[in-house]
Amino acid sequence: MANAWGIVAEAVVKSLLLSALVLTATAYVTLLERRLLGRLQIRIGPDRVGPGGLLQPLADAIKLITKEDFIPAGADRFVYLICPVLVMAMAVFVWAVIPIGPSLDLFGTTIPLYVADVNVAILLILGASSLSVYGFILGGWSSNSKYSLLGGLRSSAQIISYELTLALAVIAVIMLARSLSLVRIVEAQRDGWFILRQPLAFLLFFVAAFAETNRSPFDLPEAEQELIAGYQTEYGGFKFGMFYVAEYLAIITQSALVTTLFLGGWHGPLLPGVVWFALKTLLFVCVFVWVRATLPRVRYDQLMGLGWKVLIPLGLVNIVISALLLI
Amino acid sequence: MEIILFVIAGALSLAGGVGVVAARKLVHSALSLLLVLGSLAVLYLTLAAEFVAVLQIILYAGAIVVLFLFVIMLVLPRVSARLASSDAGSLRPIAFVFGGALAAILAFGALRGMRQMTPQALPAGFGSVESIGRSLFTEFVLPFQIASLLLLIGIITAVVLGKAPSRS
Repeated sequence: MANAWGIVAEAVVKSLLLSALVLTATAYVTLLERRLLGRLQIRIGPDRVGPGGLLQPLADAIKLITKEDFIPAGADRFVYLICPVLVMAMAVFVWAVIPIGPSLDLFGTTIPLYVADVNVAILLILGASSLSVYGFILGGWSSNSKYSLLGGLRSSAQIISYELTLALAVIAVIMLARSLSLVRIVEAQRDGWFILRQPLAFLLFFVAAFAETNRSPFDLPEAEQELIAGYQTEYGGFKFGMFYVAEYLAIITQSALVTTLFLGGWHGPLLPGVVWFALKTLLFVCVFVWVRATLPRVRYDQLMGLGWKVLIPLGLVNIVISALLLI
Repeated sequence: MEIILFVIAGALSLAGGVGVVAARKLVHSALSLLLVLGSLAVLYLTLAAEFVAVLQIILYAGAIVVLFLFVIMLVLPRVSARLASSDAGSLRPIAFVFGGALAAILAFGALRGMRQMTPQALPAGFGSVESIGRSLFTEFVLPFQIASLLLLIGIITAVVLGKAPSRS
């Protein structure tokens, strides 16, 4: 029994540390995006608050928390309030199964750097992302506004469609690693990253990741010219903040997943595993920003056409080819 | 530990079930259904069926109830208003009869099962992806193939229905 409580205590401490870590990282990814976007557009970006703008995320958070907490007229109060919570909870939750480094030897005990090694980890992540769809669709519906509703519907249709591509790319990886556990998938890449053996799956996953996070060039749910801000139009204060945190956290999560599934996770020479993991993830976060500064938004029919007529068939073909090669 | 989880998840799923039939708005009914499905997933987890639990979330919660919501929001705004104002009183006795019959059958089955079953240790790898995949492709290969055929028919039907009507 004492052992069971020890496991629970370890999980709680790890979860708290990890949540603090990823939420801080999220705050600084917003700053990173604004500064990098500024550079890419030949301007400076926010650099007034703190040295080099380093306190800007803190200032933003204080601003959001101290704003008026309002609920639009005719809104479905309970659903309206629960949606941002759900979206943010799901965004943080998936980090429980992502291994951020090799086991650590601390005070004579070995501490693995993940909260849980579940044998269905990758499905858990897909499931969490399909649950966060509810936050978008119901957030849009409960706001009692046509822009929100349209944005919510677009967002959920997009996420559901591209989740298929994501899953097809993941299946190819699972076939190589012969496991659904992310820890095992990283172990399986000790001698060779999966990006070399599954370049097409990598490409599919990467494209779908942009759609999953509602990022440019697939940021249709938030297309300002048509929908104001989509499902989050009627949200303000920290409720808006939670949607925002979830969105940026999703960028880090997808980057971490690309790293874990295709770039060998924390494997790398010389530097410690955690540093490699962080560097690879940071690289992809920067690519997300870079793409936003480069590509214009696609049309909605182009988005759906690309997903259903190009990416999903490609994913299926890729699985067949991988299966034939494996036999 | 399992008992506590079972009581909580069981109570939540019952509350959700009541919510499905008692909610005034259709969206709230769909959300209550979500609560039922989510608590069932927790029950699967306590039964060491992790794979089934996650599939429950992805398929039922992630796909089917989302489709319900799409239909409720896009197709039914007017219908749901009419439903809310209409008087369902005439249907109530029938609903009670069938609901009561279903409850009696389930209770009978559960009681009989409880008397006949003896608890056994789980075989190694129970509920894992490997064991479920193996039994799907060996023991249950015929139902599996029939189900996939059924799904294929569903897909073809959806394509035919979704096509724009021809002009001829």
